[in-house]
Formats: sequence, structure tokens, C-alpha cells
Amino acid sequence: MGKTLFDKVWDAHVVDTIKDGPQILYIDKHLIHEVTSPQAFNELKERNIPIARPDKTVATADHNTPTVNQHLPIKDELSRNQLEQLTKNCEENNITLYGLGHRYNGIVHVMAPELGITQPGMTMVCGDSHTSTHGAFGTIAFGIGTSQVAQVFASQCLLLEKPKSLRVNVNGKLKNGVLPKDVILYIIAKLGTNSGTGYFCEYAGNVFEEMSMEGRMTVCNMSIEMGARGGMIAPDETTFEYVKGREFAPKGEELEKKETYWKTLKTDKNAVFDKEYSFDAEDIEPMVTYGTNPGMGIKISENIPLLNDASFEKSLQYMDFQKGASLINKPINYVFIGSCTNSRIEDFRVAANYVKGKQKAPNVHAWLVPGSQQVAKQIKQEGLQTIFEEAGFQLRQPGCSACLAMNDDKIPAKEYCVSTSNRNFEGRQGQGARTILASPLVAAATAIEGKIIDITKHLN
Amino acid sequence: MEKFVKLIDTAIPLPTENIDTDQIIPARFLKSTDKNGFGDNVFRDWRYKKDGSINEDFVLNNTNYSGSILIAGDNFGCGSSREHAAWALAGYGFKVVISSFFADIFKGNALNNGILPIQVPKDFLAQLLKKVTDVPDTAIIIDLENQVLKTPIGNVDFEINSYKKLCLLNGYDDIDFLISKQNEIKAFEAKMV
Repeated sequence: MGKTLFDKVWDAHVVDTIKDGPQILYIDKHLIHEVTSPQAFNELKERNIPIARPDKTVATADHNTPTVNQHLPIKDELSRNQLEQLTKNCEENNITLYGLGHRYNGIVHVMAPELGITQPGMTMVCGDSHTSTHGAFGTIAFGIGTSQVAQVFASQCLLLEKPKSLRVNVNGKLKNGVLPKDVILYIIAKLGTNSGTGYFCEYAGNVFEEMSMEGRMTVCNMSIEMGARGGMIAPDETTFEYVKGREFAPKGEELEKKETYWKTLKTDKNAVFDKEYSFDAEDIEPMVTYGTNPGMGIKISENIPLLNDASFEKSLQYMDFQKGASLINKPINYVFIGSCTNSRIEDFRVAANYVKGKQKAPNVHAWLVPGSQQVAKQIKQEGLQTIFEEAGFQLRQPGCSACLAMNDDKIPAKEYCVSTSNRNFEGRQGQGARTILASPLVAAATAIEGKIIDITKHLN
Repeated sequence: MEKFVKLIDTAIPLPTENIDTDQIIPARFLKSTDKNGFGDNVFRDWRYKKDGSINEDFVLNNTNYSGSILIAGDNFGCGSSREHAAWALAGYGFKVVISSFFADIFKGNALNNGILPIQVPKDFLAQLLKKVTDVPDTAIIIDLENQVLKTPIGNVDFEINSYKKLCLLNGYDDIDFLISKQNEIKAFEAKMV
């Protein structure tokens, strides 16, 4: 039987297999941030264990950082302390840190790919469930808990059971206005939030082959929202072109050697997956969510389904939506374009392209939060900043921001926010806040109109 | 880690499905740099109203129910990888969570903190939730050694990875094990290009 892309990368990293037990998997890159690392550093310190490979660890500050006045001291004492701890821990252990204000600082899953830290065929982990993002490069990348962060610190390895395999195929031609975010929201709406649990997902088909690396990252990012620990796309010329020339990417002869290997990382024709699903690209339309998990999504022109289920009803009650209702014309006061799902330059280009020459609706607070300092710089250089500012949008500084509302970027209770982030859980964007997940295009259009519109009609 | 052998206790029923880790511990409480104190804020936004007053309707505030076993709806622990969710449940005093399905990362985090996630069939879960809701002092027995969950409505065998079982029974953790494999890991690194 042939091997899947996942098998090939996994098998190349197995140090040992415990009889009737887990395998020891070697980790090539360990990304850390301020929220899920301090307890792991403490654990090692208490047990007097050194960090095995600080050279394979890279840190950034992102979850708990302000997105305004980053040059000033952080007001919130607990947040300040958490960031100071990260700096101290990295200094004491010789770990590279791209802290607040550093030109490479940014959301961990935006920063690592843009610096060429993420490369095909690697194993990568981070104490953050959206680590699946890096799977866009044909990398086994997944989120871990803090105990596992400590395990990687101690040994550069993890003890894991090999997950089952799942493939999602999408073929055909995507309609105008359908973005990678819509593709993944569509898949999750079709499959549900736990269909991927216990599986590692491969996305295949011409839709993903034709997608840019940034689009692929958006798709892989949300693999965890259907329960899959990670998602992968086979590396190809698009991948190699993206990686080439980046700060920490291999160069010259080393790159040639690596590329030869990367080209072998494709699922064999005769490989068999434990589960497989196929969808037609033509069936996908711009998507929005109406409930409190990312599986509760509909095409923007559809109505909320009519279901009789206690959890479903609880969800609609929280959102103050009715069964069978349409979201079109729903007034919206908050729009957030950002997060590790959609805060890369292409996302801001799409939004700017729609916004150009228009004004945001007076009722809307439109927050734009770039994924990294480098994206922020590009926004400025490409003239997008002027477009956004003229339209009345607020461009803030990089960070996770209102995706999880750990910092001050919170949506008020009972307010709706059309958000390009990844989770619409209760209170995710602030206590009582109601999140509607969508693409950067739908988010930009909502900000201009002050309500949800059927973007498909506007484009055609 | 504390050893887990056998537990006899009452349970708290929470039938909601898809309870994500943002509900177990909201992000605004993740600013601490140690593992303690999260129990005070477990299910914070369900336990308390926005004005800080107690939400009498939430089961943790109902004095009829108590115990170190949480029985929850399908797909428990989905979402964020935050281990703070496991620390919050452990901090509150939970030792076992029973559900018909667990999210992957949460399951691992729970086991790494001495909390035993027990997966049971959907029908059984529904019956057990009803039983415990109706009769709050229902005693539940968890025998990890024999992998059996014993309840007045019947007994269920449950699965646990044999390595993880050994860890829980003996109070070992993965770090001890991985450190013992240092030579193999070094040899693997030497072979890598």
C-alpha cells in the first residue's frame, strides 16, 4: 500500500515505537508564545532539566499584546508580567524571541511562515491549536498543551499515537467572490466540528493546488475547527516559490537538495485514507456563521436551518437569531479583520480592493489588525493604509487582538461582530459578544454597508 | 502527578454539547504564569452573570449537585489547546469527566493533569445524565485498573491507552519517560541531515 503525505513526514520523524504504546516523534521546530509557555518553563526549572534544543525553538509575543501604543509600557499588570516572563525565560535559555516592537514580531502562525522558519516536510508544534496553519507547506504541524510544551523543551520529542488519515477533495472552479475562508467554512459546515477528531487531514484537488500559500494557510488554519489536529497540502512549485529567499529558508545548494526531497512529499496514488470526502467547488458560496461553533455556517444567501435540538437552540438564543431567518440586512456595528486565519497581506488587499473609494457606515467600528510587523509594513508600502484610513477604518498594530479578546480589543456584550477570525464560541470576542465568521471580503462589505449584504449580488 | 486508582463519588450533570475550552476557562483569565488558581474561574461566564452575581440556573451553583465527576454533553473540550482548561477543572476539584466524545487536545491535556476522560456510548450518556439529574446523590464508581465505570443504570467498560493508564496508576508523566530515551533521541538527531 502506498503512503500518504502525512505518513511520509511522520515516518521520517519517528525516533522509537513503544510496544503497545505511543511513538516518540522528533520535533523540528517548536514555536512558543507568552500564554502557554510560562508553566512549562517553570516545570523544567523545578525539575532541574535543561532545554534540550533552544536552537530549534522560536518565541514571539502575540496573544496578550496591545494593538495600540505598543511603544508604551503595558498598563495591565498581569499582561505585562506575562510578557516580562517570556523575555526572561527566553534570555535565560538562549531562545530567539521576536518580542513586542521587534521587526519580526507578529502572530506566531503569520511570523514563522513569512520568515521561512516553516518549511515543507517538517514537524512543528506550538502551544496553540491553530498551529495547523503551517500544514499549508506540507508540514506536520499541530497544537499542543503546556505539558507537551514542557516535553518538547525537555527532549525535543513528543509521545504520540499516530492519528488516522482523512482526505478532503475539492475540485472545480470557485465562483467569483469565494475566498479560501469560504472554502474551509463550507467544509466545516458540511462535516461538523468533530468529524476530524483523531484524524490528520490532507486537502487535495485543483482548488487547493491553484490556491496561493496564504490561501492554503487560511484553509489549514481552521482544520482544528472540525476537530482535526492538523491539515496538510502537498508542497508544490507554489510552496517552493514562497519559501525561496525568505530570511531563514535554506539557500543555494542546500535549497536544491531540500527541494529534491520536498518534491517526494506527495500522497502515493495507491495510498488509502481512513476517511475521504469530496466536494464540488461550484457549490461553494461566500459563507457566514450564525451560531456558536464554526460548524454552524451557511451560504450567505441561505437561511438558518430549522432544527429541534437543545444545544442548537441554546446557540441561537445566545446569538439572538431565529430558526429559518436570513442574515441578510442584519445590522452590524463591529467588523474585525485579523487573526492567524486572515491577517496576511492578501487578506488586506482583498478588503482594500472592495473598500477603495467608499466610506464605512457610520455605525460600524472597523478594526484592522495585521498579523505581523512585516504585514503592517506591506500595508503601508502598498498604499492600503491610505485607502483604509480614508474609508474610516482603524488600522491597529499586530497581534491576536479581538480573535480571543485577551487584551483590550473586546466586542461589547450583545453586539454582533463580523469577524475574519476562526471561532464564534460564546464570549470568544468578549463577554456576551456575538461573532459571525466570514471572509475578509464579506467583512469589508459589512463595514461599508453597516449590515450583512449578499456579496454575490454585488459582485455579479 | 497524583496517582489515580479508584474513585467513588457523586457527579455533576452538564448536558450541553460542544463545550469548548473558552467556556471552561475564558481567555481573559489566561494571564497567570502558574498553574494554580484557575479553578475559581472554571465555567466563569456560565457560573456568574455579567454583573458578577451568581447565575442560580447553572448546575455548579445548584447545591443539590456535588462531586469530583463531571458528566458533559458530546464533543467536550473542543477549541483552543489551552491546558488552563484542564488546570481549571482540576483546580475546581474534578478528577473525572464523562462524555460521549472528547476533543483530541483536551483529552491529552486532561490525562497529563491526572484527570481521567471517560468516553461512553451516546445512549448511555443520555441515560446517565438523566439518572444523575433526577437523583443527585447517585454514586458512581470508577475502577481504572479494570477500566470499568459502574453506575446504578449499568456498568460500562472504557478505553484508555495502556501507556497513559500506566502513567495515571503510577503518577508518572511523559517527561520522565522521554528523558529516559535521551540516547535514542541523540542517535536520531545524529542521523538527521
